[in-house]
Amino acid sequence: MDAKKRDKLATIIIYILVGIVVLILAGIVGNILISGIPHLSWHFLTSEASSYQAGGGVRDQLFNSLYLLILTTIISLPIALGAAIYLAEYAKDNWITNLIRTTIQILSSLPSIVVGLFGYLLFVVQFGLGFSIISGALALTFFNLPILTSNIEEAIKGVPQEQREAGLALGLSNWKTIRGIVLPAALPGILTGIILSAGRIFGEAAALIYTAGQSGSTINYADWNPLSPTSPLNVMRPAETLAVHIWKVNTEGIIPDATIVSAATSALLVIVVIVFNLGARYLGNKLYRKLTAAK
Amino acid sequence: MTTIISAKDVHLSYGDYEALHGINLNFQEKELTALIGPSGCGKSTFLRCLNRMNDDIENIKITGEIKFDKQDIYSSKMDLVELRKEVGMVFQQPAPFPFSVYDNVAYGLKIAGVKDKELIDQRVEESLKQAAIWKETKDNLKRNAQAFSGGQQQRICIARALAVRPKVVLLDEPTSALDPISSSEIEETLMDLKHKYTFIMVTHNLQQAGRISDQTAFLMNGDLIEAGPTEEMFIAPKKQITSDYLNGRFG
Repeated sequence: MDAKKRDKLATIIIYILVGIVVLILAGIVGNILISGIPHLSWHFLTSEASSYQAGGGVRDQLFNSLYLLILTTIISLPIALGAAIYLAEYAKDNWITNLIRTTIQILSSLPSIVVGLFGYLLFVVQFGLGFSIISGALALTFFNLPILTSNIEEAIKGVPQEQREAGLALGLSNWKTIRGIVLPAALPGILTGIILSAGRIFGEAAALIYTAGQSGSTINYADWNPLSPTSPLNVMRPAETLAVHIWKVNTEGIIPDATIVSAATSALLVIVVIVFNLGARYLGNKLYRKLTAAK
Repeated sequence: MTTIISAKDVHLSYGDYEALHGINLNFQEKELTALIGPSGCGKSTFLRCLNRMNDDIENIKITGEIKFDKQDIYSSKMDLVELRKEVGMVFQQPAPFPFSVYDNVAYGLKIAGVKDKELIDQRVEESLKQAAIWKETKDNLKRNAQAFSGGQQQRICIARALAVRPKVVLLDEPTSALDPISSSEIEETLMDLKHKYTFIMVTHNLQQAGRISDQTAFLMNGDLIEAGPTEEMFIAPKKQITSDYLNGRFG
């Protein structure tokens, strides 16, 4: 076979492989959306889940998922950002740094059910936080930190070395160079990292079953005092998320329309993740432009 | 002529490896000095000693004395920010920050604590004019500097270095990443400016050194072989090895 033919063959094979990946992804997402969207309705989004009868919604689960995502991001982002800045900018290349990196890699491949059980023992039992949003958010922070840290570290490392040198040569201190030049330059990458990990948090079930719990409490959406037990913002109440809801109606649910509810919930989950992606990208671009524009 | 930077017996080593073996060299005010020599001869390393850009490298040891304006720049009393304000730098790869042209050029001033908007505006315009990039940028001051061509980016970087009104500008192969047209534009810019600033330029391009520099210093394997007025050195080098290098017999 001559070089030309081989090149052609390689190209064809690559196209086929890409086609397979696209087909699988489109198949899964398409299937979820096609079987779920017809059952999505305003009623489904705004009513409580039902325990026995058909026709329940996912109002609380949707709120819980978003709330947990926001809380987890608020807790994990500063920690991950600090760790990533350290690893990318300050850490010397020695065995301690290697140990930290290896630990992060191991943690990021930890099965989420293990994180969940660990969170159950530590936060729910040991710290006495019970099945609560805060237990869930802390467990998800453990789950999220390694990936978020390495994503942000990669984004920071992607900023060309010349930019740092140019900053130092202008008389900026190390920290000012990082804050004023490296971080703004890395922002799009950092945001992508946050979005990627947010998708994982939003869809996570196993880590939450034993930490945030599988039952909902009565929520009064008119009550926005975070200390009140029926407030949606109360972090001490148990909270079932969309992903946990799908798991529950399919395993122990006794509602007659379990298939419909889980199909619709799955579609909702996928749609929210897509919306979140696009929204964060839009915000990221705007933020980037604002940070880099003339002040 | 006044000496603005003087280096005395500068040794530099990374761990056990000595890269500079005692360099003695003076730089004159408002002249362009070219540092030439084969790759790895230590010319960039030496250049980076002059504004202490080598400080953060691990296991580095620098001895000897470098004086800028009669102050020992390696003394503990030296304010690094102050030094780098006086001794600016332009790198091989154009490295504008991912900000607008205006913010790039204004950055050094803002860091230095200048708040007066009018002064900043005026300095930005002046510096961009000096760097011969005003025409291309005056209507696009808010455009991201990285959206310009390589040669334009490099001139924006020169403007950024000039904005704080340094006395000396170090240039580390400023044109080697650029196409010939952009390179000659940068050369013209430097020619126009060398009566106002002191330039110290590392270059691989002997023709370039011959065209625009007043003084030339030839380094090899970490030693300063010969230094003097460019014309003299290019026409009648004192040492055989300089002559061999200038005639392209090695390097």
